[in-house]
Amino acid sequence: MIPASFDYTAPTTLADALAALAQGGDDAKILAGGQSLLPVLKLRMAAPGLLIDLGKIDELRGVRMEGDTIVVGAMTTHHDVIADPLVREHLSLLAKTTEQVADAQVRYRGTLGGALAHADPAGDLGAVAVALDAQMRIAGPNGSRSVPASQFFTDYFTTALAENEILTGIAFDSFAGWGAHYEKFHTVSQAWSTVAVAAAVLVAGGTVTAARVALTNMGPTPIRARGVEAALIDGPASDDAVRAAALAATQGTAPVDDATAPAAYRSHLAQVLTGRAVLAAAG
Amino acid sequence: MAKITVAVDGTTYQDEVEPRMLLVQYLREKVGKTGTLVGCDTSNCGACTVLFDGVSVKSCSVLAVQADGHEVTTIEGLAGINGELHPVQQAFHDKHALQCGYCTPGMIMRSVSLLKENPHPTEAEIREGLNGNLCRCTGYQNIVAAVQQAADALATAGGAR
Repeated sequence: MIPASFDYTAPTTLADALAALAQGGDDAKILAGGQSLLPVLKLRMAAPGLLIDLGKIDELRGVRMEGDTIVVGAMTTHHDVIADPLVREHLSLLAKTTEQVADAQVRYRGTLGGALAHADPAGDLGAVAVALDAQMRIAGPNGSRSVPASQFFTDYFTTALAENEILTGIAFDSFAGWGAHYEKFHTVSQAWSTVAVAAAVLVAGGTVTAARVALTNMGPTPIRARGVEAALIDGPASDDAVRAAALAATQGTAPVDDATAPAAYRSHLAQVLTGRAVLAAAG
Repeated sequence: MAKITVAVDGTTYQDEVEPRMLLVQYLREKVGKTGTLVGCDTSNCGACTVLFDGVSVKSCSVLAVQADGHEVTTIEGLAGINGELHPVQQAFHDKHALQCGYCTPGMIMRSVSLLKENPHPTEAEIREGLNGNLCRCTGYQNIVAAVQQAADALATAGGAR
């Protein structure tokens, strides 16, 4: 399978990429790692007239500290995210989840920014961004803006990015010292999540003092499980208490009914996997 | 058309390609490296795996233009100049880690990359590390055994290759 014809440009600066995007209009599409976009083009589900490849823009790669904030460049590959010492120290939920994305070959090419901008509801990394209240840094023709992850994902495969904007980085607070786990249920090892749960918790003396939980593929966007978080906080990190709190995981969800799983089964999974994710995170 | 310069198996090629040409197509149809196979064509099966700047990628999900200025190694570039097999190739041969052989080039290229990442993988790490490569003859047992043999061989050789 071969994509429909397109023009291609690989600018070396963000400014040039924004200019190309402004010129290309709605016929232009940004190419990050290509691990979702290229299959989409090959299947002819999309046929943009111009691909703007961000692969040669060094300023969009890598992880850095800005004060107390960890900023992951949008074009940082999954492989580099996993290996990064700042990510491992401050964002173990991101590291552990990224390890479970697709397979090694895809992780060498695929990028954090590309995965988030693609906004597949079954993609794993949106739940991490939502759970950790990441700030999505966006550049456009009139400068930069920042959008909280909770407002970035707006619908199936749809984000707050305007047609003339590029996601440049993802900024996180430090979660150093938090326990973290991503519990993923899928039918084959490299498949998308049927349902998955991202959990990060702080436990002191057997009591949960802080909790972040978000769900993958329980609706058109990643969903923060605030009911679970509220039920966990100030409670014991015990099996019974966590499993009871996990029952709140279905609040506010809208799982699809499809060939992989009926909606009711997804709801069941959300509760079971939330229990497992939180218990594993609490260690 | 776009001009690209790519090193494939140690030789530098300069070509004009359509932007939509996939790396696997370029390797097979322009450079003649038909050892790299197209399997599922949807980035599931891993048959098209090559090394891109030394790490494993699925060449059906990379554009040829994205390889401009980069180095690609295919299954055809693994053996030594005198034709002696790479330790991973030798291990696949010794352990009969193939039946029909269609997945083999991709399995071997991914295994080479895996053993660079982790020179002494456990059996579970080998299975996890190869989860982007499918064998439809259900030959995984011998593939795992081959990777274990190759890990030992590379360790003995000082990991020189």
